[in-house]
Amino acid sequence: MSLALELTWSRPDFQLAVACEFPDSGISALFGRSGAGKTTLLRCIAGLERAPRGWIRFNGELWQDEHHFVLAHRRPLGYVFQESSLFAHLDARGNLEYGLRRIPPARRRIGFDQAVQLMGLESLLAHRSGELSGGQRQRVAIARALLTSPQLLLLDEPLSNLDLASRAEILPHLERLHDQLSIPIVYVSHEISEVMRIADHIALLESGSVRAAGPIHDLLTRPDLPLAHLEEAGSIFEGVIAQHDEPYHLSYVAIAGGKLAISQRDAPVGQPVRVRIDARDVSLALTPAERSSITNILPARVIDVTNDRDPAQRLVRVDVGGCPLLARITLRSVAQLAIAPGVQLYAQVKSVALME
Amino acid sequence: MSAGFYSPDDLVALWISLKLAATTAVLLMLLCTPLAWWLAMTRSRLRVLGEAITALPLVLPPTVLGFYLLLFLGPHGWGGRLMQSLGMQPLAFSFGGLVLGSMLYSLPFVIQPLQSAFQGVGARALEVAATLRASPLDRFFTVAVPLARRGFVTGSVLAFAHTLGEFGVVLMLGGNIPGRTQTASIAIFNHVEAFDYAGAQRLSATLLLACFALLLLVYGANRRAGAITAAT
Repeated sequence: MSLALELTWSRPDFQLAVACEFPDSGISALFGRSGAGKTTLLRCIAGLERAPRGWIRFNGELWQDEHHFVLAHRRPLGYVFQESSLFAHLDARGNLEYGLRRIPPARRRIGFDQAVQLMGLESLLAHRSGELSGGQRQRVAIARALLTSPQLLLLDEPLSNLDLASRAEILPHLERLHDQLSIPIVYVSHEISEVMRIADHIALLESGSVRAAGPIHDLLTRPDLPLAHLEEAGSIFEGVIAQHDEPYHLSYVAIAGGKLAISQRDAPVGQPVRVRIDARDVSLALTPAERSSITNILPARVIDVTNDRDPAQRLVRVDVGGCPLLARITLRSVAQLAIAPGVQLYAQVKSVALME
Repeated sequence: MSAGFYSPDDLVALWISLKLAATTAVLLMLLCTPLAWWLAMTRSRLRVLGEAITALPLVLPPTVLGFYLLLFLGPHGWGGRLMQSLGMQPLAFSFGGLVLGSMLYSLPFVIQPLQSAFQGVGARALEVAATLRASPLDRFFTVAVPLARRGFVTGSVLAFAHTLGEFGVVLMLGGNIPGRTQTASIAIFNHVEAFDYAGAQRLSATLLLACFALLLLVYGANRRAGAITAAT
């Protein structure tokens, strides 16, 4: 565990009492409603705020306790703010070089050209902040943070002030970041779809404390947590492109518990992909359906059955090849099929979304 | 302009005015930058007191300011006695006294544009710089100062122009000594007293044009800076 902390902060309007650890690789989402304390916690990690009690430790180095406080500019991290925060007196290149120049050459692990290429900024370098779109500004801000060769990257809802098109423009860049650099990232978000797309780990923040933390596959499907009860609740599976079926315009994704057909993708066989299956798109059957239009049928074993928000529905968590899959089905079906923990059945998936 | 246009005494008075305005502006920028920064950034309750004190010369009659400075800096005042005990001449009726008086008198004209410019920089830009490894001093010079440049231009030009036109403080504190403390604005008064309207006219027109040119410079510079800010 690279980042661990325990912080307490009581203010008249707000209470923070957090104890958590973040893994030393991948993207950890700090997920919660607005007002849950996500940004405050991130600012404490960055050293922009000082919670009066507690400690923060990063890679064996003490950043804060009762006697010590490492100032923000001495912490080896990168921070991307929610709103555009480019320096107005510098162009994009000047912004990128601001952090880079403050890192001794021997300690630079990310070069100027690499960051520019990663965030797709080649044609924007001479532009000032006012000449860039919101999405472009955020890409510059991310590259600027990367150029300090941070050992930890903190992103505070970097997409929340952007329109859908700009979000779609940035997400692939964030994914490349995740794939190509080994910097652990803490990503604050209140958008579950964003989290499902890029996060590996979630810390669920509720009114100033961590309700639960763990791998994304587990937390999304845990029936005791609110995530599984969201309208857009679903499961995440990691797989690889296994084969293409040209005549039917399909591609197959191999996951631990079987194979899923998706609309044909222009991706090479063997490429790792993440797929998302919404709970409402899964139905359960005791025998594999024959003469049915459903192509994606996965053998599964019931883990548990829980009440959902709607009294007519139940949330069924099943195990598919060792990974949890959520199905939202009617109470009536649960009764008729006698669905109970341990029952072997088949999960029929109506639609699979490839996260890319 | 030939030297014959102005009388030798007028030229000296103009030179003293220029020297006074330039010295005051430079010293005020040095003094007010940290003071305005503190006023812009502090959350201390002392800020209100600081703002009131630094705005005082705006509303105080210059003669009041000059009078108290005279008492303070004169041979029997605290300041005067302190200077004498250090083996120096008291500042009253000297160029040094004029500089001190002008600095107090023009202080708000530098503090206020600088303070609002620093406030306009915002905490966010400084936080960004901190996460990019800039130390507090580094952040000040590479982020706050460039972003507050309009305040620096406005403050320095206003300090210069305002000192150029100063009368009451200079008269009280300087004592109208030709060649030492007689500035152009006082020379104009002397000309009028002596019914030398042509002489008063020459100096007045000179000051009018100089101040106008300076203000044009400020507004021109701010417009350019504004165009950059608007584009960002």
